[in-house]
Amino acid sequence: MKAVLDSSRKYGATKRNNNFLYYIKRDGLLYFLLLLPMAYILIFKYAPIYGLVMAFQDYNIFEGIRGSEWVGLDVFRFIFEQDSFYRALKNTLVLNVLDLIAGFPAPILLAILLNEVRQAKFKKMTQTVLYLPHFLSWVIIGGMVYLMFSNGGMINHFLSGLGLERIEFLSQKTPWLITYITVGVWQNIGWGTIIYLAAITGINRELYEASDIDGCSRLRKMWHITLPGIKPTINILLILQIGRMVSIGFDRPFVMGNSLVSDYSDVISTFVYRVGISSGDFSQATAVGLFQSVVGLILLLSANFVAKKLGEDGIW
Amino acid sequence: MVRAAINRGKRKKMTVADMAIIVFIVALSFTCIVPFLYMIALSFSSNEAIISQKVGLWPVDFTAETYKTILSDMDMLYTLGYSIVLTIFYTLVCMFLTICAAYPLTKKRLKGRNFILTALVFTMYFSGGLIPSYILVKNLGMMNSVWSLVLPGAMSVFNMIILKTFFSNLPESLEESAAIDGCSDLGILIKIVLPLSLPSIATLSLFYAVDRWNGFQDALFYITKKELYPMQMKLYQIISANQQLDSQQGGEGSVGSYIVPESLKAASVMFTTIPILLIYPKLQKYFVDGVMTGAIKG
Repeated sequence: MKAVLDSSRKYGATKRNNNFLYYIKRDGLLYFLLLLPMAYILIFKYAPIYGLVMAFQDYNIFEGIRGSEWVGLDVFRFIFEQDSFYRALKNTLVLNVLDLIAGFPAPILLAILLNEVRQAKFKKMTQTVLYLPHFLSWVIIGGMVYLMFSNGGMINHFLSGLGLERIEFLSQKTPWLITYITVGVWQNIGWGTIIYLAAITGINRELYEASDIDGCSRLRKMWHITLPGIKPTINILLILQIGRMVSIGFDRPFVMGNSLVSDYSDVISTFVYRVGISSGDFSQATAVGLFQSVVGLILLLSANFVAKKLGEDGIW
Repeated sequence: MVRAAINRGKRKKMTVADMAIIVFIVALSFTCIVPFLYMIALSFSSNEAIISQKVGLWPVDFTAETYKTILSDMDMLYTLGYSIVLTIFYTLVCMFLTICAAYPLTKKRLKGRNFILTALVFTMYFSGGLIPSYILVKNLGMMNSVWSLVLPGAMSVFNMIILKTFFSNLPESLEESAAIDGCSDLGILIKIVLPLSLPSIATLSLFYAVDRWNGFQDALFYITKKELYPMQMKLYQIISANQQLDSQQGGEGSVGSYIVPESLKAASVMFTTIPILLIYPKLQKYFVDGVMTGAIKG
């Protein structure tokens, strides 16, 4: 509507034509503003996408992409024979699935509980505290975890004080896994509630009042009103998280992992870093990255498709 | 009416369930505070006390020696100052690009708008990945330069869309009347749109600033010069110092062969966290608003 209004107001009865110059003249300034952002996107987003062709080359840093030899799918064949690649893929999936199972419902639960708190001041204060971990870098969190959970740290100090056995949280596989996941839940549980709390605010109050009159218990209200009310939000976030199943951030596994638990902590991003940047095997690392990007996109599209088929809102 | 409703709410009795919820939330909040208390306790304790594991949530053999060491170490203060300047500069660059992209894209009359939007959104779901970006930075000659910490992440498409949504929600009549008064698009942007959008600009600036302050990966990839290390990288080196002595497989950079005492690590963690603790409570509202605006889009 506005477009039509704009053009008819400014340019009277001039017939719309598709003349390139006409648009440049009318909206030149807008295009000018777009120049820098577009240049940025082209250089720093699309040039690396073009760089993915390295995955099909025996890339040589001195020859560049143009001079390097094309090898077809050889790089992929080589990677798919590597045990270390499967280990990284498996770990990525395991960590992400555990994160999904433990980390996805946690903020929903906390949001529902926070919603039940009537003391506004108390609620506000705890929210401030609970959001805080979201603003800490993984290096800071990793440092804290190291100092708290190492063998001489506070947690083991506490355990032995209780007469329990010390646990090697950071150097034994299963305890490390539990630590990794718990810290992830801890970091995100507060911040994750914001979106759900906003969705809960959007639920029609009359539903609660009506259920009060019917004498519904609290749990029933949570189950039959609050949860269905935030279901669309849950769906969208779930789709997005499933879409990210094969991609994993770099900082968290890199900072929290160590050589003793690398059987669990070596994931795709750290694998790419080690193979690509530390050892300079750019083609291999790029191929792994491409594999991850493509599978990620397929997962996202499928999750979205399935959600729509089930009659839910997708992200598009 | 409203007051009556509030009073009724207040008069409701605390049930056992209420108590249980509050206890749970308090316990959870404690898990967010305890690590800081422990860091503070460690940083003010003597190393003997730490090694013999006497330190709980209260300093043992109180000493401010560790902080004296940090504050007398010009390196640490330099890195702090450098990181602050870097964060501000990065945020300015990001906001400039984000505004330049968001404003034109609110104009539905703009030819090619959909194409540009699609091209932008596509990059949110598909990217070249770590290595091609690394090669690009290398080829552009930005290794070991501040630019490698600024330019590659200079605009977030997600933040741009949040800002665009906000711009689009401003009343159209304002812009129209300005246009009738002969105001150019640029004039409208500077005199009307930006002043009205200050809250969301503040929010997005904070998001960018936090990203840069907490950013570590790019520094690890692109920077080997110590003078150019941002705070997180410096902290990482301090924390991982003994771990690397334990196992020589880490292999990042050349950390001194001395052992960094735990109290110094804890103090460094606090040193890096304090800027966040200082600004976060005051600005929390803006962060929350930003998430809400982002959620509307989804």
